Amino acid sequence: MATYRELLAQVRAEIHEVTATEASHLLDAVDPPVLVDVRERDEWDEGHLPGAVHIPRGSLESRIERAAPDRSSAIVVYCATGARSAFAAQTLDEMGYTSVSNVDGGIVEWKRSGLPVAVSESLAPAQRARYSRHLLIPEVGEEGQLRLLSSRILLIGAGGLGSPAALYLAAAGVGTLGIVDDDAVDATNLQRQIIHSTDRIGEPKAESAKRTIEALNPDVRVKVFRERLTSQNADRILGEGWDVIVDGADNFPTRYLLNDASVWHGIPVVHGSIFRFEGQVTVFRPGDGPCYRCLFPQPPPPELAPSCAEGGVLGVLPGIVGSLQANEALKLVLGIGDHLSGRLLLIDALAPSFTEVALRRDPDCPVCGESPAITEYIDYVGFCQRTRSHA
Amino acid sequence: MTTVRIPPPLRDATGGEKVVAARGETVGDLLADLVSRFPDLHGQLRYANVYVDGEDIRALDQLETPVDATSTVILLPAMAGGH
Repeated sequence: MATYRELLAQVRAEIHEVTATEASHLLDAVDPPVLVDVRERDEWDEGHLPGAVHIPRGSLESRIERAAPDRSSAIVVYCATGARSAFAAQTLDEMGYTSVSNVDGGIVEWKRSGLPVAVSESLAPAQRARYSRHLLIPEVGEEGQLRLLSSRILLIGAGGLGSPAALYLAAAGVGTLGIVDDDAVDATNLQRQIIHSTDRIGEPKAESAKRTIEALNPDVRVKVFRERLTSQNADRILGEGWDVIVDGADNFPTRYLLNDASVWHGIPVVHGSIFRFEGQVTVFRPGDGPCYRCLFPQPPPPELAPSCAEGGVLGVLPGIVGSLQANEALKLVLGIGDHLSGRLLLIDALAPSFTEVALRRDPDCPVCGESPAITEYIDYVGFCQRTRSHA
Repeated sequence: MTTVRIPPPLRDATGGEKVVAARGETVGDLLADLVSRFPDLHGQLRYANVYVDGEDIRALDQLETPVDATSTVILLPAMAGGH
């Protein structure tokens, strides 16, 4: 029967250990090891080694494979003094990891050597409860949730697509939502624009959306732009710095303008459009895949492209398409999964069916091509009206 | 005959039909066959992208892209609606 002291000595004799200074050199290398902090959450919150991932000792076996999928990857583990992490190192050896080192003296010795400590933001207890279902998903977790809370997403339009997109992005804890809309809530909107309500008729949509979002999630800051996106204000609005833009516009001039502005500002756009029972969703990432002009070099003439106000739309359709847009926007912010760049998803609510077609970047695109012909804002209304049907 | 999917804005021209069969060995022939049977499509097709089995014909052989009875062709114009 071994005492704790004997057991620790025995384990330390079997594992590989490095000093704090040696660990620091390893971490400065071009190909640094995976650095794992095995302490408890409150200890981590008080400060940890820069670049470390937090995997408490109790979760080590279940979570290490995500942090270090390759058994031959170099891993450095530490705790407060090097004792708990010694047992962690032994466990990793037993799991088949071939290059595991324990920091002798742990973070205490690290600090004593004058090496820097990082203090990361952490979620407040109320946030831990609110976002608990996100925290349980390995792909999101606390790091992802903090990323969402510090992210900024701009919505063009608080209408059919903007309503569900804004609601889900707000519920997910996207820290700042910008809403560009100059319209007022109308009775005909309420069949599908679920961010508004009967008592908001006549109220500016951007303000109505802000009220709903703030009631849903006080973590979200809403920046209201009670204006239509124009060539005059596009640089000011996009220049405020956004991670992603969700396009829920209802007309071609705004969509072409947004495309050009987002290419020049280098901001990805999650595109959605709807008509009657059918919708389209894709992602345009400047410099990485096609833009809207690569897909549709010319808008159809107005008589061939009736709006929802003219042609109608099934109320739930924007709910489906706008939710898909929110899904793409969240993945872009979190840096997880695949996204719809280079893929156009076609939704038919009547069938129902989801079909996909491939989108290609056009090397001759006048905006994102190799030698762009359009380098500043044009008259977008004129551009969209010039197209006339020859039928 | 090849299956051609007609987008909502063009369905008035096909009498409301969502899927029609058309004859032709290339996309160009196919579209000509469509226009001959649905004359209201004339002038409208040039605003629609054409996909053969999920691939844009601009990345294939344009109007010369071959089609057969197993192909599915999708016509797709831009849609503005979002509100």
